[in-house]
Amino acid sequence: MNATRKIADWIPAIAVFFLGVVVWQVSIDIFDIQKFLLPKPGSIVSAFWTQRSTLWSAGWLTLKEALGGFAIGSALGILFATALARFRRISAALMPIAIAANAVPIIAFSPIFNAWFDPLSPSPRIATAGVLCFFPVFVNTLRGLTSVKPAQIELMRSYAAGEIEIFRRVRVPTALPFVFSALKVATVLAMIGAIVADYFGTFGSLGITIKNSVSLFDFETAWAAILTASILGVAMYVAVSLVERFALQWDPTRQERGTA
Amino acid sequence: MTVVEIKGLTKTFPKGNVTALNGIDLQIEAGEFVSLIGPSGCGKSTLLRLIGDLTAPSEGTVEVNGKPAPRARADHDYGMVFQDSVLFDWRTVAKNVALPLEMLGWERAKRKQRVDEMLGLVELQGFGDHHPWQLSGGMQMRVAIARALAFEPALLLMDEPFGALDEMTRERLNIELLEIWRRMQSTVVFVTHSISEAVFLSTRVVVMSPRPGRIAGSVAVDLPQPRTNDTREETRFFELVTEVRELLRGVGADEHGSVGAEAR
Ligand SMILES: Nc1ncnc2c1ncn2[C@@H]1O[C@H](COP(=O)(O)OP(=O)(O)OP(=O)(O)O)[C@@H](O)[C@H]1O
Ligand SMILES: [Mg+2]
Repeated sequence: MNATRKIADWIPAIAVFFLGVVVWQVSIDIFDIQKFLLPKPGSIVSAFWTQRSTLWSAGWLTLKEALGGFAIGSALGILFATALARFRRISAALMPIAIAANAVPIIAFSPIFNAWFDPLSPSPRIATAGVLCFFPVFVNTLRGLTSVKPAQIELMRSYAAGEIEIFRRVRVPTALPFVFSALKVATVLAMIGAIVADYFGTFGSLGITIKNSVSLFDFETAWAAILTASILGVAMYVAVSLVERFALQWDPTRQERGTA
Repeated sequence: MTVVEIKGLTKTFPKGNVTALNGIDLQIEAGEFVSLIGPSGCGKSTLLRLIGDLTAPSEGTVEVNGKPAPRARADHDYGMVFQDSVLFDWRTVAKNVALPLEMLGWERAKRKQRVDEMLGLVELQGFGDHHPWQLSGGMQMRVAIARALAFEPALLLMDEPFGALDEMTRERLNIELLEIWRRMQSTVVFVTHSISEAVFLSTRVVVMSPRPGRIAGSVAVDLPQPRTNDTREETRFFELVTEVRELLRGVGADEHGSVGAEAR
């Protein structure tokens, strides 16, 4: 009964999506829009289909970079935040710096990473995606671990609980919603980081497919590669959302904060 | 047997140099129900937190069950109920009540049995699988009480547990609390702002004066047990309420009369 309602909730969004695609397809004919501006959705899908094996392997390559960056960046973010949460002073001092660093357009460092790491290996792309993921995850996890209500700590102390027990039973559950919000943002950032880093020359990647197709005026293929990237990005996001949905079943604000 | 023994207790907060409590002596015997009442900021919560070793005294000693307060806390000698119910949203009602039992290392089956018992006691059978936010304020408070009672502490410390509730719920919970106190033969230290609540519940009402917090006097409540809703209409009840009110008024006059050099 819940499942049918969930599907019903999706119908308007799906309807709007298809309507949009139809309007797109029709208006290109009506307004005579050139394909370098915007190809028809039909031709994008057919390019997507005919080149599915190259796009798939390009997508897989970029996805691996994004996933690697996501995993390393997020893990380090969580690890650093956990280590620092114990030291109030230090974390208070670091918080503004981390927030400022978070606002730095880290993607601009991508070519530098090519110089730091072997450009033929996936390392510079993973590094770009990883650094992009690190800051939001670090900031949010630290914020979550330190936003425990003092009364809850006091209650635990009345049970003679030590720091480790308080951490396990109070800080971690309090932080989890913060961590998951950050992880969802990080999936998007990881994909952006990987693709932009690809532009600087990753043979056989999605980013380079987009760049090369555009320079060959093969806009259908460029758009098909963008479609591939979108599908992979959404898949990563949905995967994290599903884990979140499972882990935060208790959270009354989960629905409001937006899942899916 | 003496459950709480406080001698020459003084508490100064370095922040703002506030002397919250000054020279408190208080002795509470097993089975007593003692209410602390006094104007806002007179140090009632601070006194309760000192008994529970959630903060350390500046001077003087606090003994619980004949042990220093930190030892008593380590031994789980008391259960605390805060003004706010302080439930964990990520735990179900049953798991919230089970929390102190988990920390004491009770096994699952034993925990479950006790939790069911406690939920029955506070009339929340069937709500075990709910999460705290699905309950009303009064129900949440009852969960907090069930949790504090779950491991049968001989001493119950309660800081304005019914402060946020409406009059009707409050009166009902008063009677439930007395019922529990009688059945478990525990000792209760209860902070409240309500004179009638203090008189209705207690065997002794301790009146505190502000700036710095002192014990201004105490009133032994000789109303018969068990107390019922009719107790609130007895002449003796009103006499005692008046007595406490007079004491509190004296405290107010004191506030203006004697210049408190110690604080502010
Ligand atoms: N952590 C603290 N740091 C500094 N001062 C404090 C602290 N806790 C309490 N105080 C001060 O100690 C005094 C007594 O506070 P307390 O909370 O014990 O009062 P109370 O009697 O419980 O008041 P209320 O009835 O409003 O709850 C107040 O003047 C308060 O400002
Ligand atoms: Mg208080």
